Amino acid sequence: MSVDQATVRRIAHLARIAVTDEEVEHLEGELNAILHWVEQLGQVDTTGVEPMTSVVHVQREMREDKVTDGGYPEKIVANAPMSEDNYFTVPRVVE
Amino acid sequence: MSDLTSLTIAKAREGLRAGEFSAIELADAYLAAMDEAKALNAYITPVADKARQMARACDKRIAAGEAGPLEGIPLGIKDLFCTSGVLTTAASHILDGFVPEYESRVTQNLWDAGAVMLGKLNLDEFAMGSSNETSYYGNVVNPWRREDEEIALVPGGSSGGSAAAVAAGLCAAATGTDTGGSIRQPASFTGLVGFKPTYGRCSRWGIVAFASSLDQAGPLTRDVRDAAIMTGVMAGFDPMDSTSINIDVPDYEAALTGDVRGLKVGIPREYQVDGMDGEITALWERGADWLKSAGAEIVEVSLPNTHLALPAYYIVAPAEASSNLARYDGVKYGLRVDGGDIISMYENTRAAGFGAEVKRRVMIGAYVLSAGYYDAYYLKAQQVRTMIKADFDKVFEKVDVLLTPTTPNAAFAPGEITDPVTMYLNDVFTVTANLAGLPGISIPAGLSGAGLPLGLQLIGKPFGEETLLRTAGVMEEAAGFEARPEKWWIEK
Repeated sequence: MSVDQATVRRIAHLARIAVTDEEVEHLEGELNAILHWVEQLGQVDTTGVEPMTSVVHVQREMREDKVTDGGYPEKIVANAPMSEDNYFTVPRVVE
Repeated sequence: MSDLTSLTIAKAREGLRAGEFSAIELADAYLAAMDEAKALNAYITPVADKARQMARACDKRIAAGEAGPLEGIPLGIKDLFCTSGVLTTAASHILDGFVPEYESRVTQNLWDAGAVMLGKLNLDEFAMGSSNETSYYGNVVNPWRREDEEIALVPGGSSGGSAAAVAAGLCAAATGTDTGGSIRQPASFTGLVGFKPTYGRCSRWGIVAFASSLDQAGPLTRDVRDAAIMTGVMAGFDPMDSTSINIDVPDYEAALTGDVRGLKVGIPREYQVDGMDGEITALWERGADWLKSAGAEIVEVSLPNTHLALPAYYIVAPAEASSNLARYDGVKYGLRVDGGDIISMYENTRAAGFGAEVKRRVMIGAYVLSAGYYDAYYLKAQQVRTMIKADFDKVFEKVDVLLTPTTPNAAFAPGEITDPVTMYLNDVFTVTANLAGLPGISIPAGLSGAGLPLGLQLIGKPFGEETLLRTAGVMEEAAGFEARPEKWWIEK
């Protein structure tokens, strides 16, 4: 499978990264080189092999279902580039 | 007092307890060395005032007989660990001005044990790199140079600042993180011990996430004993990390018995790769001889799926990274670049905030997780990961540890490797331990023909840290690696 420039633009949009025409050209080559390299896995017979979900198997402990943290909105927004009354602010999303 | 900065943690601990010098004198010696070593670009954010304040408190506790296990030991912290009230950048433009409101568990454990923070260390952006060339704050320079050359070399990555700082005497030890070799490879390039414990040993809470199923914190130190001391403090169960393991942390220092008689050491034949430097093969054989002379049994073993590890890693790691890095959107912290609407704001912020390597990996990750490709790439890679883990499980029925080279080559010059795939090959021997969640340690074992440090790696069973450290201690003793870089970076 190779990616063309239209696909690079689609991936960039999925990843929410703005790209210039020049970058798209570069990325097309770079992404294809990486993808062709990882595609050697396609040759491997993995019939019946469970996909890895956890490298170390342990029984998770359960805890009581109650609130154990919070109550400091000013700390949560302390690093926000823009905030108002302890809310994050963003450009208008509803007209 | 100049040689205070060459002491191991164990020696500094003795000196502090015996009153030969104070914590503030020790901290000042390191702060002075840091001032003289700007050319190495190891620190992003030095914190001299905080260090002195912490050191004074240490001196009070030492005087009161309340010294902790790391009391007064000056450390550098990879700038991937959140430190309360201290700028934390992950070496990325996108985290501009981010000052965490909380402390990572690992660093909190270090401060609770009495350690002193000297500052935050440079790294590859979001820990993505093997040469420390992707930092927004510039390349880190390796304190080591080839014999009779003045060409700058890379310190390895991603914990490149950590490696350079410990090797150059700019901290007694440093924290690192290892997702595909990011502690062990730079340790190998700078003549240090680098230890990645078993996945789940150290809490990931408060560490800027790269690939959550692979990331693990560990130390870079001057010797094996220091690695044992640091790991004993850094490790431990943490309910804030759902993958942290709730089993007791043993006394790692006590594991350094120097006795490996009867130990079975596996030599995986698949780690002899095409194009590897002959001197690395020779060093590997020497390492096996050292252990054999100490009474261990050397067994040739096979890990047949080794060649699949790197391609599987470069699917799994970018996939997890694309998900983890989705949080950098210009809303919650760091950089924000405006656009016409919210989507443009996201896209402009991330275009300006991420460097080229991070963009590549986030995009590869988005692609392999996207509809129609998930099974072919991500699912396949996770199946291959199961096969790689099964290889290790089988081999560890017969042997106690595995001995391999740490890297296929010594440190190289910045700009020497420009092709991403070739750069990824630097992690060929280290990445398997991450995929299988196993502990791995790199020990300085000798010098290359050009006079650069070369490391050997030991890989252990899950939670086999004690056996690993014990074996590493015996190898260290046999290697007798005493070489140190000349301090060319100090302006005369």
